[in-house]
Amino acid sequence: MTVSPDLDARFREAAVATGLVDVRYDVVDSPVGDLLVAATERGLCRVSFTPDEVEDQLARLFGVRVLRSPLDDVRRELDEYFAGRRTAFDLPIDLRVAPFHEQVLHELARVPYGVTTTYGALAAQVGRPRAARAIGTVMNRNPIPIVLPCHRVVGASGSLTGYGGGLDRKRTLLALEGAILVP
Amino acid sequence: MPTSTQTTDPEIPPFERFYLAHRDDVLRYLRRLLGDRAEDAWQETFLRALRAYDRLEHGRHLRAWAFTIATRVAMDELRARGQVRNTVLQAEAVAAAAELRRPAYRELEPFTDGLPPTERAAVVLRYGYDLAYAQIADALGSSEEAARAAASSGVRRLRRTHDRLA
Repeated sequence: MTVSPDLDARFREAAVATGLVDVRYDVVDSPVGDLLVAATERGLCRVSFTPDEVEDQLARLFGVRVLRSPLDDVRRELDEYFAGRRTAFDLPIDLRVAPFHEQVLHELARVPYGVTTTYGALAAQVGRPRAARAIGTVMNRNPIPIVLPCHRVVGASGSLTGYGGGLDRKRTLLALEGAILVP
Repeated sequence: MPTSTQTTDPEIPPFERFYLAHRDDVLRYLRRLLGDRAEDAWQETFLRALRAYDRLEHGRHLRAWAFTIATRVAMDELRARGQVRNTVLQAEAVAAAAELRRPAYRELEPFTDGLPPTERAAVVLRYGYDLAYAQIADALGSSEEAARAAASSGVRRLRRTHDRLA
């Protein structure tokens, strides 16, 4: 005798309603593969291209009361984005990173849909014009890719350079936004 | 400064993993104790676990812990129905705790429904889920001797039922 999907769903809903869950997560399918999305009471805290490895990380960062449960708003906005019907996200964000990373990611969030910028330009915008390499590190560790659009940051020559989720995904996202011609 | 026992304690797993590992067994156990009304008790069990989860100090004995909470929830429910009369504490002081082998338990298990609630819990936890008497005592809120007595009294009652029907 096993727990039915209905009973399971009722428990997850009741658990979230207690307000005691530290972090909830869900898996959303997308053109760039399954995405793990996670949120605290404060907002979206993680988007990951590798859903299988994230539970323990979430527990370390946000608390052990990690529970899978539907994140409908996040799913809807991502679906709209991938369908080309959304160019900006309205989701609240819970960003827990070092101050320099936070400053850079806030600047990154202002790079518009369909536009690319460079590591150097972003470095200059945060007042550290020679810190392009450090900007690369911040992009690589971006906890909320896609929503915080690190895929829009490219090398000075226009080459895609690198991406935490792999260059194929970066190419797909930029093509979707019309920032490059072919995926 | 970590002590040697702390370094060997397993980490507390994310709640999701704890829940997935024990949800089915706990439901089966509660069905054995409460029948059709097990689902509410099952949900209450995991909500209580969630409430206490961030106060756990290590990841040992989580299975026994889940059964302990389930037993307490079930006893509350049975008490509310007037079906528990401190049977554990009044359980006959039986000297020989009849050790039941697993195949024998499987044969007797269908008759556990007829046992008084605390004997039922003690027998099912001991022989169905292999919990130690100390853990069963903790679950029942009784002494280890009382838990042992409840289990062995339950076993003798099961055997009598079985022999009568066989």
